[in-house]
Amino acid sequence: MIRFENVTKVYAGQERPALDSVNLEITKGEFVFLVGKSGSGKSTFLRLILREERPTSGIIHVAGKDLGSLANHKVPELRRQVGTVFQDFRLLPNKTISENIAFSLHVLGYSQKEINREVPEMLELVGLEDKGDRLPSEISGGEQQRVAIARAYVTKPPIIIADEPTGNLDPELSVGIMKLLDRINREGTTVLMATHDSGIVDQMRKRVIELDGGHVIRDQVRGVYGYTG
Amino acid sequence: MRAGFLFKEVRIGLRRNLTMTFAVVVTVAISLSLLGIGLLSNAQVNAMKDYWYDKIEVSVFLCGTLSESPTCANGVVTPDQRAAIKTDLEALPVVQSVFYESQTEAFTRFKERFKNSAIAQNVTADQLPESFRVKLKDPTQFDVVVSAFSGRPGVDIVQDQRTILEKFFKLLDVLRNGALLVGLFSVLTAALLISNTLRIAAFNRRRETGVMKLVGASSWSIQLPFLLEGVFSAVLGWVFATGLLSGLKYVVDQKVAPLLTFTKFFAWDQVWTSSAILLGVGLFVSILASLITLRRYLKV
Repeated sequence: MIRFENVTKVYAGQERPALDSVNLEITKGEFVFLVGKSGSGKSTFLRLILREERPTSGIIHVAGKDLGSLANHKVPELRRQVGTVFQDFRLLPNKTISENIAFSLHVLGYSQKEINREVPEMLELVGLEDKGDRLPSEISGGEQQRVAIARAYVTKPPIIIADEPTGNLDPELSVGIMKLLDRINREGTTVLMATHDSGIVDQMRKRVIELDGGHVIRDQVRGVYGYTG
Repeated sequence: MRAGFLFKEVRIGLRRNLTMTFAVVVTVAISLSLLGIGLLSNAQVNAMKDYWYDKIEVSVFLCGTLSESPTCANGVVTPDQRAAIKTDLEALPVVQSVFYESQTEAFTRFKERFKNSAIAQNVTADQLPESFRVKLKDPTQFDVVVSAFSGRPGVDIVQDQRTILEKFFKLLDVLRNGALLVGLFSVLTAALLISNTLRIAAFNRRRETGVMKLVGASSWSIQLPFLLEGVFSAVLGWVFATGLLSGLKYVVDQKVAPLLTFTKFFAWDQVWTSSAILLGVGLFVSILASLITLRRYLKV
């Protein structure tokens, strides 16, 4: 699903590479935590997958596409394969919950009939069936993040990338988010989640990739947050 | 993106930016009107040229008692010369008709024109030259007549009324060019305003466009609502501009035409043609300004 071959990224004006000769593969249906301190290269890693940045050298494959040879106008196609969730939710404040979820479908040209079918289904999946008509400001942070996940998942992309999705949430709300991501993963979606939240990583016991100074220093199948050896 | 959703987004966009939308519509209306007035003044100048050039004649004055040119050294034109000149004039292919004005007729016309002036008292018929009034098929072919008849015995001078009118039309041409230039500049201003408005709109809606990019909307579908907002404002401005030009035509017909009977005025046809040109200009300018702006501010 995601393959990095010898990927190095050096930002203009910087000497130290943000990512240094990274080799790794994430296969279909995996759930992967990406951990590491600030500045370890996590964000660069995610940005490369979304082709918001291009690598200085090396080859990246995402969802069967070689990003090196992907033309600019094909980038939207790549992004349709990758659902994204952020720490700050990024919901549209003047649209209701339902409209926020429907927005993805609208801009991608789904018919009203499909939208009428998919949106309630998603609301149910994230447990907000009764709040579809609320505005984002009228629901809690945890609920907003569930809406964001619903929006990312409503088009059923093969990959979901979550960048610190629990970063703004209390631990008890975080559990709900993790259950949701786990459920989506069980339906066959590859999930890649960057996080600082050690509690969650330790609890889930999923594959953990740790970055430090642009290098992969750990890649454990059933890892925990801190390195235990 | 479906049309229903697209138009809903456009409507929201226009409403959310209502004051700017209003400013764009008014600016486009004014600038297209100015350009339209330029186009109509062009039509008006052409209408006047048609009208006057159609009326003007070449006058071939024959030698009379007061003629001083060298070709009249042998005195007043002889009947033979007069007959020959008439035959030759009528034989010219550029000539449409030839009308002979005798001294008596010239005198009658002279008295008519200066009837309130003392000058008419002091002139007698034999002082006025007889002439051929020549109407040309194409008034610009005046030179043919001049070269054929100037210097011919019995001909005093060949005079074209066109040379007098031309000075007047040169002045009108300058005014027309000025009007067109003002119109073009104001259209340019409108284009800049559209561009800036869309830049603000793109900034105001960066959340929406950000989400659109995130879920993989093509850059075309991200730009389309903005483009349509620009085009909508331009078209609305054009409607007002057309209304204004029609109003102008109405006023000209009702108030100006009855007072100025010495010329024709531009027709409704020309109002519609100008309006069609303005629509083309409005669409072209708004689409171009939008695309350039959006390419810069809505990069995927």
